[in-house]
Amino acid sequence: MMDVAVRAEGLVKRYGAVTALDHLDLEVPVGGILGLLGPNGAGKTTAVRILTTLLVPDEGRAVVAGYDVATHPDEVRARIGLSGQYAAVDQDLTGRENLVMVGRLSRLGRRGAQRRAVELLERFDLVDAADRPVKGYSGGMRRRLDLAGALVTTPPVLFLDEPTTGLDPRSRLGMWDVIRELTAAGTTLLLTTQYLEEADQLARDVLVIDDGRAIARGTPDELKTMVGGERVELVVRERALIGRAQTVLARFAIDDVRTDEQTGMVSAAVHGGSATLTQVIDALDQDGVAVGEVGLRRATLDEVFLTLTGAPADARDADAGVEVGA
Amino acid sequence: MNRLAWALHDGHVIALRNMILIRRVPEVLVGVLVAPVMFVLLFAYVFGGSIDTGGVDYREFLIAGIFAQTVVFGATFTGAGLAQDVQKGIIDRFRSLPMARSAVLVGRTASDVVYNVLTVFIMSLTGLAVGWRIRSSMLEALGGFLLLLVFAYGFSWVMAYVGLLVPKPEVVNNASFIVIFPATFIANTFVPSENLPGVLRTFAEWNPVSAVTQAARVAFGNVPPDMPVPDVWSLRHPVAYTLIWVALLLIVFVPLSVRQFQRAALR
Repeated sequence: MMDVAVRAEGLVKRYGAVTALDHLDLEVPVGGILGLLGPNGAGKTTAVRILTTLLVPDEGRAVVAGYDVATHPDEVRARIGLSGQYAAVDQDLTGRENLVMVGRLSRLGRRGAQRRAVELLERFDLVDAADRPVKGYSGGMRRRLDLAGALVTTPPVLFLDEPTTGLDPRSRLGMWDVIRELTAAGTTLLLTTQYLEEADQLARDVLVIDDGRAIARGTPDELKTMVGGERVELVVRERALIGRAQTVLARFAIDDVRTDEQTGMVSAAVHGGSATLTQVIDALDQDGVAVGEVGLRRATLDEVFLTLTGAPADARDADAGVEVGA
Repeated sequence: MNRLAWALHDGHVIALRNMILIRRVPEVLVGVLVAPVMFVLLFAYVFGGSIDTGGVDYREFLIAGIFAQTVVFGATFTGAGLAQDVQKGIIDRFRSLPMARSAVLVGRTASDVVYNVLTVFIMSLTGLAVGWRIRSSMLEALGGFLLLLVFAYGFSWVMAYVGLLVPKPEVVNNASFIVIFPATFIANTFVPSENLPGVLRTFAEWNPVSAVTQAARVAFGNVPPDMPVPDVWSLRHPVAYTLIWVALLLIVFVPLSVRQFQRAALR
């Protein structure tokens, strides 16, 4: 039982006529990293709130860190950390006061809470801002403080709900580094995200959800392959060379090589990203195939949804309020 | 530590957090302190001359009533503060911690006692300035202040429940007044209860606000000698009657509020 850190079976949550979760199953092994990927309104946050005891499901059950969330919420709470989409910090308190309060409420004692707050402030680069009210913090600082709050007790299972949504690119990279450190240390992680790239960067397994249902699961590579993944695209100027270009590309392709005779575009799905791209360019060079344009195109969340559901994420997003559960 | 000890510990931590907020947002404190001064001056000077208390100095009669009314009004802060807490993001953090479910409520009602102590202190000074005097002993007077604070604590749990029932913090004031106006005006706070007609008179005589007012008047030595105490048990034994009410309010509204807090936070 304990080799599984998080297990949910048939979770259902309805809000009136809207079904936010529709029989969702998921599982994260101890030390595993699951990315819950989906557009706004897909049910990601609802799932996290159920797993963290903040919400009671209408149907189904969930076991986290060995305890049922419905019957033993306090045992679950003692073993998890949660950092939400909207930073759960007190605006009028300072960063230090926030962390000390959480530490004392986690029963670390006054001294213990203060010591832990200092450690976390240092680790999350918040020492200079420690004694200023959170009101004046930037978005990135707030998220870091919120994550620090989730780590006060060094929980074995961590839930991160859209940890980088709304952050600028630099803060996002910083957050990714912090998350990688945590998972490298063995923390079990369930994170939700709207970005395929983020799931790719951080997660070992990805569960794509839409309308409260799981629509695909697998490793990031499997997922990208499923939707055409990363494609090397090159445009061959001389029609006579198209055949040779196809042969070269076929060596790297994980699927059929596609050719557009009109434009001279030859493309194929590949693994390995830009490293593979470099190898393709070298190989073309050796074979004397001159190409006009060459590039690597990555699948976006839109393409995942287009492939899996037949509708782009944006369009679904726009009707999410009405269409969810339909 | 057992469950109760942890609940008190967690409530204490939340109360400390609320005290920090008082220091950091002092505008709230100004409102808390100005209102009692205004009440004392308003009733003493505007109504002071035109209400018949049977030849007794009205201001003397009035002060205990204003004290009672003001601490009851002060309970609105408890409701508003809780409604705000529930809306803040921090509530998700609280709820994901293995802390006592009652902590946010226990902490809020406890830190509001501090507001009430300040309020009573300011009102006393204002009262003394307009001619009110304690005509009993200091010890008896302290007993009177203590009873007012205990009653305020019990009543703050009623407002805590109201604060958690309403959908938005802004609605708390309106919702509170539905409870507070009848409770504080249909009483012996500003006029002797025997001046009231039939049903209202009975309501006033059994109204706990009347009892706490009566008890405070006795404690301060402000009961006019030529004004007979109505012959009802509640006003003949005002301290006991007040304490019974406080116990009842706590027994009913503590569990009710804790349950409602859970629900409100789930929204």
